[in-house]
Amino acid sequence: MKSAVIVFPGSNREGDVMRALAQAGSQVEKVWHAETQLPSGTDLVVLPGGFSYGDYLRCGAIAGRATVMDAVRAHAARGGLVLGICNGFQILCESGLLPGILMRNANLKFICHRQFLRVERNDTAFTKRYAKGQAIDVCVAHGEGNYTADADTLRRLEGDGLVAFRYSDARGDVTDDANRNGSMNSIAGIYSEKLNVLGMMPHPENLIEDLVGGTDGRGLFESLVSSAGRAA
Amino acid sequence: MNRNDVAITPELVKEHGLTPDEYKRFVDLIGRTPTLTELGIVSAMWNEHCSYKSSRLHLRGLPTKAPWVIQGPGENAGVIDIGDGLACIFKMESHNHPSFIEPYQGATTGVGGILRDVFTMGARPIACLNFLRFGEPDHPKTPHLLAGVVAGIGGYGNSFGVPTVGGSVGFHPRYNGNILVNAMAVGLARTDEIFYAAATGIGNPIVYLGSKTGRDGIHGATMASAEFDDASDEKRPTVQVGDPFAEKLLLEACLELMKSGAVIAIQDMGAAGLTSSAVEMGAKGNLGVELDLDKVPCREEGMSAYEMMLSESQERMLMVLKPGMEKEAEAIFVKWGLDFAIIGRTTDTLRFVIKHHGDVMADLPIKEMGDEAPLYDRPHVPTPPKPVIAPESVVAPLSDTDALLKLVGSPDQSSRRWVWEQYDHLILGNTVQVPGGDAAIVRVENGPKGLALTTDVTPRYCEADPVEGGKQAVAEAWRNITAVGGLPLAITDNLNFGSPARPEVMGQFVGCLRGIGEACRVLDFPVVSGNVSLYNETNGQGILPTPAIGGVGVLDDVTVHASVAFKRDGDALILIGETEGWLGQSIYLAEICGREEGAPPPVDLAQERRNGDFVRQLIRSGQVDTVHDCSDGGLALTLAEMAMAGGTGASLTAEPADLPRHAFLFGEDQGRYVLAVKQDVAADILYEATAIGVPAALLGVTGGASLILPGAQAISVATLKAAHESWLPDYMAGKA
Repeated sequence: MKSAVIVFPGSNREGDVMRALAQAGSQVEKVWHAETQLPSGTDLVVLPGGFSYGDYLRCGAIAGRATVMDAVRAHAARGGLVLGICNGFQILCESGLLPGILMRNANLKFICHRQFLRVERNDTAFTKRYAKGQAIDVCVAHGEGNYTADADTLRRLEGDGLVAFRYSDARGDVTDDANRNGSMNSIAGIYSEKLNVLGMMPHPENLIEDLVGGTDGRGLFESLVSSAGRAA
Repeated sequence: MNRNDVAITPELVKEHGLTPDEYKRFVDLIGRTPTLTELGIVSAMWNEHCSYKSSRLHLRGLPTKAPWVIQGPGENAGVIDIGDGLACIFKMESHNHPSFIEPYQGATTGVGGILRDVFTMGARPIACLNFLRFGEPDHPKTPHLLAGVVAGIGGYGNSFGVPTVGGSVGFHPRYNGNILVNAMAVGLARTDEIFYAAATGIGNPIVYLGSKTGRDGIHGATMASAEFDDASDEKRPTVQVGDPFAEKLLLEACLELMKSGAVIAIQDMGAAGLTSSAVEMGAKGNLGVELDLDKVPCREEGMSAYEMMLSESQERMLMVLKPGMEKEAEAIFVKWGLDFAIIGRTTDTLRFVIKHHGDVMADLPIKEMGDEAPLYDRPHVPTPPKPVIAPESVVAPLSDTDALLKLVGSPDQSSRRWVWEQYDHLILGNTVQVPGGDAAIVRVENGPKGLALTTDVTPRYCEADPVEGGKQAVAEAWRNITAVGGLPLAITDNLNFGSPARPEVMGQFVGCLRGIGEACRVLDFPVVSGNVSLYNETNGQGILPTPAIGGVGVLDDVTVHASVAFKRDGDALILIGETEGWLGQSIYLAEICGREEGAPPPVDLAQERRNGDFVRQLIRSGQVDTVHDCSDGGLALTLAEMAMAGGTGASLTAEPADLPRHAFLFGEDQGRYVLAVKQDVAADILYEATAIGVPAALLGVTGGASLILPGAQAISVATLKAAHESWLPDYMAGKA
């Protein structure tokens, strides 16, 4: 499996996700935002967390229009896997690969804390190592994670089973208390129609070792490595 | 202020913060009347912030050397060897005055400045900490300042991409008009790839890198060297604006350029901007510097030489490049979208020459700008000793349980979760101990080593007895690192005091430094970098003397460490250290009895070291994984924090016969730790301790859902936690 991690000016969690991918057994390559092509044989494209272009204008707005994003869109259109985490999710929404938008958190503050997510389905390339309904312990670190979409989009996401993760408590119950950024329907991550593009606010890449908080994030990267080749 | 030939009047000299004597010294030095640009330059170099003119004399007494110290004070940051070919580079710096005027931007630029100090030396920043003090909670400005400062620290560090892993937040009326915002940054570099400020080689290109120069922050360093009054808000235009995005690009570009081998010397443009950075590079390298200001990238049109030399625009660097490597260097900066301009060269004249539009605007002797800066031995009087308060003389106004509940939910002792959840403390994936422990722990790269990091001082102790308070600040930082299993290696100090013109304030300064020096020597914990912030006064009221200590220690195997949380039911509780029930200057006396009185607890440094070395060895040998040092609030608060962190109670069965119970529980005797250990090793630990002269006593046992103090009602851990967690969020929501 070959992963390409796109680096924009202001990306800052590229190293974290590269470590998680390598640990799961992927080859990983950094790709600069000004490139026009992805490395040949790329199975997975990752848009990492950070503050691309300083989050100036709108989060992800400038990066969503970067040169390399044409290649990412083409990769997705071919059915290639794309994972956007945090700022990467914002970029996916801004680039048209996923619907909706991430607004300021409900409390208008940046929040960084451990967070449980309920895995909504485990039949995708991203989640097969988890159980359906499992509560996984990861973390969030964002100021704009409040998922918002119009009523039609929300209905389609729910109807087509495109919600990947919801904010939950440790038992997997989706409660208002667990939804600290105020996202609609407690949405923490969504898939594209073909289930090959995933955008999520939380950071599974920071929970891959017992020493540093836990290992619940590993499942996502291990799922991807075991899926590579078959999804494309 | 565009013209260079304005008459230099006494009023103009005064506006530049120079005394008539200082101005005369300058005129004598250069042998003529200065130009306006030269007056601006000297005002920037000779203010307190840059010249340390009131403090230099006393700083000389601090120990700065150890076999593991690679670079002590005097560079952008201190450097220590942590083994495996790696160096830890760190420093703490204040941004008090700007943060009071404009809290968000003041804090962001504080963080930005200290990060630059660290990566200027070739290090990649891996952690930030901070030390914050605000006025009393009831003061109308306090919530606004706290909210702004916390948002600013987060706003910069989160975007830059460095975890903010620790810090300290406190309140006291003496900071009502003058808050403290001290930021610390820690970075890693290879020991053979460290970069310094000293220029070498004649005729080498001097390169300007980073953001453009604007009119922001002119005279920022001079502002930081004056007291505040009611009109201080009018100084808002001297506060700079931070751009963490530009700084992130600058970091990546600088590290890439350093790898290319093109960099001879590098200096960030911090306080006093281009002036201070250029003078330091030349003076340290015994070279002259000639700058052509026509080449400086400017954000605004028509900037004068005076303005360019004094601008404190952020995210800028100055470098001396290897000749012939300009093209490669420029390509790297263009890739990162940053300005790159050759603005001058090194010379053999030892002069600092500034040209603008073909005219010489300044021509000064470069070494003398630093070496001949005024040096004052200001009058100082020692703080009169306070009486020792006998434990028996303090009557308990509340039951011990009620007192404990009140303390855990008090402004100074309540949880700081509201603060640190606004900081990304997890980025980089190496945060082993998150905020809330004795010291933060970050893994070094992929291990096995780790760093233990802390910031600490107890200002009320320093106020009551500067020497003991100074000792205690260092001992507390050393203890915090020890309590997680780290070997304390070195400190950075951020010395926040009032006006040095007042002998009693200078007395506090001199006393604290004496205490700090003594403790550093006994604990082998040298000072490798630091910052002095004086004139922390408003309308003649000085802050509490606050020498914040930033400590760094190393864990050889980061997987072997201790934390404060109780981990099992049935562990034996062991108290290390002597308890005399010291209530003078204690939190109990202040919060429960309403008295800030008495002498603070003395620190026996030799005993401190014995106790700490013993505890560290227990952690490192894997015998103990649960440790908390005893500090504010004494034994009772220590146990409550351990219980709340672990969600497990404890019952305390031991109590001394000869002490009032509240003095035993809440006294703040120094050099103490509480351990929770498996029963089967408890007896051995007690025996070993006694054998080497470390006081150790069995206190009780962990378990259950409540904390049970001797002779008192059980209090549930959930009740304690509710009080502990609610104060700050309620206060910030206007409910407390």
